[in-house]
Amino acid sequence: MNSIVEYFTDIFKGLSSLWAGMRVTGKYFFSPGAIVTQQYPENRATLKMEDRFKGEIIMPHDANNLHACTGCGICEMNCPNGSIEILSDRVANAEGKLERVIDKHIYHLSMCTFCGLCVKTCPSDALAFGQEFEHAVFDRSKLTKVLNLPGSKLRKEAK
Amino acid sequence: MSSNIYDFSSLTGSIHSWLSGLMSSGWVIFSEMVLVGLVFLLMYALIGLFLVYLERKVCAIMQNRVGPNRVGKWGLLQTIADLIKLLLKELIPIRKSDALLFNLAPFIVIICSFLAMAALPYAKGLQAIDFNIGVFYVMAVSSLSVVGILLAGWSSNSKYSLIGAMRSGAQIVSYELSVGLSLLAIVVFTGSMQLSTIIESQANGWWIFKGHIPAFISFIIFLIASTAEINRGPFDLAEAESELTAGFHTEYSGIKFAFFFLAEYMNMFIVAALGATVFLGGWMPFHVGNWEGFNLIMDYIPSVVWFFSKTFFLILIIMWFKWTFPRLRIDQLLTLEWKYLLPISLLNIVVIAFIVLMGWHF
Repeated sequence: MNSIVEYFTDIFKGLSSLWAGMRVTGKYFFSPGAIVTQQYPENRATLKMEDRFKGEIIMPHDANNLHACTGCGICEMNCPNGSIEILSDRVANAEGKLERVIDKHIYHLSMCTFCGLCVKTCPSDALAFGQEFEHAVFDRSKLTKVLNLPGSKLRKEAK
Repeated sequence: MSSNIYDFSSLTGSIHSWLSGLMSSGWVIFSEMVLVGLVFLLMYALIGLFLVYLERKVCAIMQNRVGPNRVGKWGLLQTIADLIKLLLKELIPIRKSDALLFNLAPFIVIICSFLAMAALPYAKGLQAIDFNIGVFYVMAVSSLSVVGILLAGWSSNSKYSLIGAMRSGAQIVSYELSVGLSLLAIVVFTGSMQLSTIIESQANGWWIFKGHIPAFISFIIFLIASTAEINRGPFDLAEAESELTAGFHTEYSGIKFAFFFLAEYMNMFIVAALGATVFLGGWMPFHVGNWEGFNLIMDYIPSVVWFFSKTFFLILIIMWFKWTFPRLRIDQLLTLEWKYLLPISLLNIVVIAFIVLMGWHF
């Protein structure tokens, strides 16, 4: 007797839980205002990416064309795909000592998987993620970028 | 009653008499067959493509997306573009596959759905062939497609295909029983298997309303079991893409894959059309008992519109199932059939037989 009651309660429980699921999808079906899809090429002018979006690696420069990269090479070592190459130089500073400065911070966008290890491990927070994502070009060489702007210098911290 | 519904047999009759004036009777039959075949071919392609579009749109709306909207107005031409792409694709020969069976399987599947379409009544007087065992014929023919699926799985020489085909076989063999018993409920009410007689018997109300609760129960069972029979979600474990790549049609490409794909959607149409015909009155307008005035107004809506709106209503319900429920495991699938659906439908048919015996139905 008990098992018969159980059998029928199973059926009604099952049906009510199925109906609960169908109510959810049915509600969405009849409320077309809830659509979340972005109509991409049309909304380019108003498209706003999220702050956490990983578009490409950039090196932020301030108004005086100064960046924070010391050329230590930690990002180059940490990159799993070898998409970062650092060409550094030794220049004498005001006291006559040779000091390492960055010549070119080369970034191969074509090899990058946007894992973010370079941004995470940079000791001086010189790298960041940019919001630009339309990277399609007709020539592969255009995907190799130099991140430090021409004529830029290392930002000296006030001592 | 229902005399002012336009009868398509006057149109087809005039075509027949026009052809008879042109040629001898043998050629008349031949040319009529060709004409009917062409009409069905065209309808098959159009409805199949529209159903693919509809499914993508319905699923998109249920998931808060937009769906296809780039090719043509509202993306209406998207599936036609997809078909052209499939037609142009290479047919990849599979090494160590059974070439004859491999090439035969898609045709068996698609021929089965063509055969089932022939017996469906689309409007008053618009039916290619009116068998006196129409329900039985449609069921028998539509369950033949499992042969094609099993052949596809066997001849592909791929483990995914074989597992998918075997699951599909187990599924169709068990769910065929429930589909048959739920249709039998209405056959008991009507006393006939002829689809036109079943529709005429619903002139004073559809069976789902006239047959009390047992008819409603068998309608629900029909919906569940036929969803399983056409291998659609949540019963799509024959082609469970997360485990079996694509099930029995893993190894097919190009137009042969398109055949399976179209046949799947047309089977959905056939099942919905059969359900609409048997439970919801087919092309019969919504009539209530002897409200003559109301019935007269309903008759002004053409019978084709009634048939297709009921069919697409059932198709929408089947799509609603697919985009709501998660896929069943094979043991859950068999438990649902043998422990729940089959005993309930057996009991249901006994109750219906008793109701008919006592004459309690309308």
